[in-house]
Amino acid sequence: MTDALALREDVASKKVRAVEVAERALDRIRAVDPKVRAFITVTGDVALAQARRVDEKVLRGEPLGPLAGVPVAIKDNLCTTEARTTCASKILETYLPPYDATVVRKLREADAVFVGKTNLDEFAMGSSTENSAFFPTRNPWKLDCVPGGSSGGSAAAVAAGMAAVALGSDTGGSIRFPGALTGTVGFKPTYGRVSRYGLVAFGSSLDQVGPFGRTVRDAALTAQVISGHDPLDSTSVPQPAPDFIGALERPASSLRLGVPKEYFGAGLDAEVSASVQAAIGKLVAQGAKRVEVSLPMTEYGIAAYYIVAPCEASSNLARYDGVHYGYRTKDYQDVISLFSKSRREGFGPEVTRRIILGTFALSSGYYEAYYDRALRVRRKIKEDFDRAFAQCDVIVGPTSPTPAFPIGAKSADPLAMYLCDVYTVATNLAGLPGISVPCGLTKSGLPIGLQVQGRAFDDLTVLQAARAFERELALTLPWPSLS
Amino acid sequence: MAIDRKTVEHVAKLARLQLAPEDLERYAGQLGAILDYIAKLEKLDVKGVEPLAHPAETTNVFRDDLPRPSLPRPEALKNAPERSNDFFIVPKVVE
Repeated sequence: MTDALALREDVASKKVRAVEVAERALDRIRAVDPKVRAFITVTGDVALAQARRVDEKVLRGEPLGPLAGVPVAIKDNLCTTEARTTCASKILETYLPPYDATVVRKLREADAVFVGKTNLDEFAMGSSTENSAFFPTRNPWKLDCVPGGSSGGSAAAVAAGMAAVALGSDTGGSIRFPGALTGTVGFKPTYGRVSRYGLVAFGSSLDQVGPFGRTVRDAALTAQVISGHDPLDSTSVPQPAPDFIGALERPASSLRLGVPKEYFGAGLDAEVSASVQAAIGKLVAQGAKRVEVSLPMTEYGIAAYYIVAPCEASSNLARYDGVHYGYRTKDYQDVISLFSKSRREGFGPEVTRRIILGTFALSSGYYEAYYDRALRVRRKIKEDFDRAFAQCDVIVGPTSPTPAFPIGAKSADPLAMYLCDVYTVATNLAGLPGISVPCGLTKSGLPIGLQVQGRAFDDLTVLQAARAFERELALTLPWPSLS
Repeated sequence: MAIDRKTVEHVAKLARLQLAPEDLERYAGQLGAILDYIAKLEKLDVKGVEPLAHPAETTNVFRDDLPRPSLPRPEALKNAPERSNDFFIVPKVVE
């Protein structure tokens, strides 16, 4: 599949019809998704109807949206009126939302073509997409490895050419981590840049919607389409999104790259470390300034996150009660057993674990020791970044400590899985923008991702730096082998 | 910190999650390991540090209190596992 920008150009200039583009994407899904399993629901009819409308606009010479005719995949925790929205959970298996998420509405208004809803860790809780209640998604680069998570379906769909771009959500790394493991660009905008209305809530002070693309330009284009204030999300900021695409090219020589020593310590795979350092070296050779910085709170990020996120989740997931929507147990005597059994039968093990952890940390007698302390550490993490950004424009390092790991390797040990997010959770705790951009392949042919983090609401600089890496590295990644 | 089966049972009850006896044991072990890891936060001096509950730190975002169309009733009810006319059905709460 071609890049989104080129596809739109071809559709607009009548080189190809949007319907042909949609059919090609659907053919590709039919051919490779039985192996990859990126999609929970494929929306072929929706895609073809949307594509036909685009073609009609082209014929009539009407103005086209910025994603006209572009096949887009949507993570299945974003509400869509045309397709069930399951969150990869048994509890929402048949849920058909009565409204669209704001980001979905914006994609629609941009004339995008929806090819399907993608797999995720149940309620976006996980780092491998193995926690889906339905099936695990496989990494297109090596089918017995995970694609990362929780937005693993969206990442795999883009990596395998089943969609040009995709939407994911990122609460502690859920866009950037699978981006790194699948050789795609995954961008988490600043908290507040994109509306969360219609994103099924997990950790409301952490969640943010963002795009995947095969190029920084496609991710920037999609980010621009979905950004902006929304009266339906009071945490979205009342300022217009800047022109990401127009300002994307920026000389490497004007960038100060902060390199935290804590990101290159124990636990980091040697090949990943070497690849990321080499990429930084390439930009420095083009005149970028390398600044050694320190983020001493890095080692506390996971611990603080695994209090804050489960606490918010335990509160957000209280709404699944078997009454208003979602799964209801067959076996109940009274209203309490209706709630308790519906929830027990409807939620998978990781979701249950996090609800219990969060409820525990918020319960009387433990609140101060856990939740309150974690929030104070969260402040210290934010102050770490403030100090570092006084000396640099962006912070760069690895996105993930290792390349993709085999399916099943970490599923028995929740804590080992949590530690995957060591470089990504702090971004969410501080509300900053972050992106993962491919920087190489391991000897065994698995993608490696480099992460760029920036100041709050300086999404543009993050995208510019990611584009500078992409431009100067000039990687020409092959298509994943699908074997 | 060690977390016992009784604590998990109590917390699960607070969260309205009816766990099977064998689940209690497993979750107690896993949560204990996670809390042991989280205990590293105790090493940090956080006295005088203001808690940060939300990155935006905005308060009281108001909008005009104007009536606008809301979800039509059939739409609001269409996903209910059990309904009767315009109502959600639950087991009898008051004898």
